[in-house]
Amino acid sequence: MYVAVKGGERAIDNAHAWLAEERRGDVTVAELTVPQIREQLALAVNRVMTEGSLYDPDLAALAIKQSRGDLIEAIFLIRAYRTTLPRIGHSHPVETDKMACDRRVSATFKDVPGGQVLGPTFDYTHRLLDFKLMAEGEVPEAAVADPRLEPTPHVTSFLNKEGLIQSEAAGDEIPPDLTREPLELPANRALRLQALTRGDEGFILSMAYSTQRGYGNSHAFVGELRIGKVAVEMDIPELGFAIEIGEVELTECETVNKFAGSKVEPPQFTRGYGLTFGQTERKAISMALVDRSLRSKELGVEVSNSPAHDEEFVLYHCDNIQATGFLEHIKLPHYVDFQSEMELVRKMRVEIASASAKEAAE
Amino acid sequence: MGKPEAVLSPAQEARKAWMGLLATSDAVHLAERIGALDLPEFDWLRRPEVGGVMVRGRMGGTGAPFNLGEMTVTRCSLRLATGEVGHGYVQGRDKRQAEQAALVDALMQGPRADELRDAVLAPLEAAQVVSRTARAAKAAATKVDFFTMVRGED
Repeated sequence: MYVAVKGGERAIDNAHAWLAEERRGDVTVAELTVPQIREQLALAVNRVMTEGSLYDPDLAALAIKQSRGDLIEAIFLIRAYRTTLPRIGHSHPVETDKMACDRRVSATFKDVPGGQVLGPTFDYTHRLLDFKLMAEGEVPEAAVADPRLEPTPHVTSFLNKEGLIQSEAAGDEIPPDLTREPLELPANRALRLQALTRGDEGFILSMAYSTQRGYGNSHAFVGELRIGKVAVEMDIPELGFAIEIGEVELTECETVNKFAGSKVEPPQFTRGYGLTFGQTERKAISMALVDRSLRSKELGVEVSNSPAHDEEFVLYHCDNIQATGFLEHIKLPHYVDFQSEMELVRKMRVEIASASAKEAAE
Repeated sequence: MGKPEAVLSPAQEARKAWMGLLATSDAVHLAERIGALDLPEFDWLRRPEVGGVMVRGRMGGTGAPFNLGEMTVTRCSLRLATGEVGHGYVQGRDKRQAEQAALVDALMQGPRADELRDAVLAPLEAAQVVSRTARAAKAAATKVDFFTMVRGED
């Protein structure tokens, strides 16, 4: 039972004023600007956009500044802001095969049209702290080569030609929207993908890792990972046709898993899919593994009682804003709740004490 | 896959192209270009409003759609004294950019189209091509050239 209490206004105001001062830190150190965060902490910005479910780098950077770098708090701010926006409409599905790729790698095929393009990656770095970054200095210019301006085809389209990979059912049905309807189970794949895209990177990563270690075993290969910009088109009712309303950076991951076949399907490869805002490849790969794991039932493969095979477990626990809201509420005043619990414990102790006294007397 | 796109007239194709260019243009660059022009008075049909557009993806890149997440978009509509109606749709939350995009859209339908194309659209497009090409050139420099080591034969 919840009982309202009053008081604490002055303490709360003063706590928030102190928070503002602590956020600023030592005033002899230059203050961070939002553009600095947007440009120089871009991967944090990308995570906040993906899990905040709103593509707006400036707002995500502002949220990171306001939250003092607490990314879940920043995601919370973006989710709250998002709910205040009128919904103008929805886009046509983005055409990721037309992506202007900054990065595009395949772990399954060495020689793919368009090639293996590493992009600005941490891969193959030695993970040694670079003390040069503590000093101000010019950055050497990145090398250039003949630009590829034509679209880069999806790697899985080559497997498809041989019929070796399960093909995706095309369609244009209106997908369910978590921001409009509460999550209900069983969820279809469209709803699961939306939930996974918004889901906590750490949680999705751990779920994906658990499938690799044998909990709901499935051995995935990264068929393709690509990062780059795609155009976003939307129908404009007053025009009667679609126009490009913007451009978003996306990370897309397609995984392929060996599949021994079922009563209705020949042996082939099955697919997992990850799509996230910005350069967020750990999240996109994890998402693809978890997507594939949650498809087990519909693909007719063995469903274990491992967490990553359990749609309810994954979907009801992957949202870090729901999770943190419920978790952190227990630190807020529960005085009355706790008093009733104390009464109960005292009563139990009295009962036990009197019972043992009676026993000793007999 | 996907419903067939309606066939657009050449005028519609042209308008689609300039509206798309304006939507993704750099706000500062657009303001610089349009600031140098003599702009007409107009009436608002819809004042600039910031909203969200749900961006959709396709499962597996080619399958049925799903909701990926929203993006911010600002839109507005206006009418010139000469009657042309302009719509502005721009990515982000810049109301001034939306207003300028709508003005360009309206002016492109009237006698000043050539002037606007030269003074605003062509430079914006050129800037976009330069920046895209520069990025693609850096990506190309990170393309792997494989060479196979000679295998040891017993």
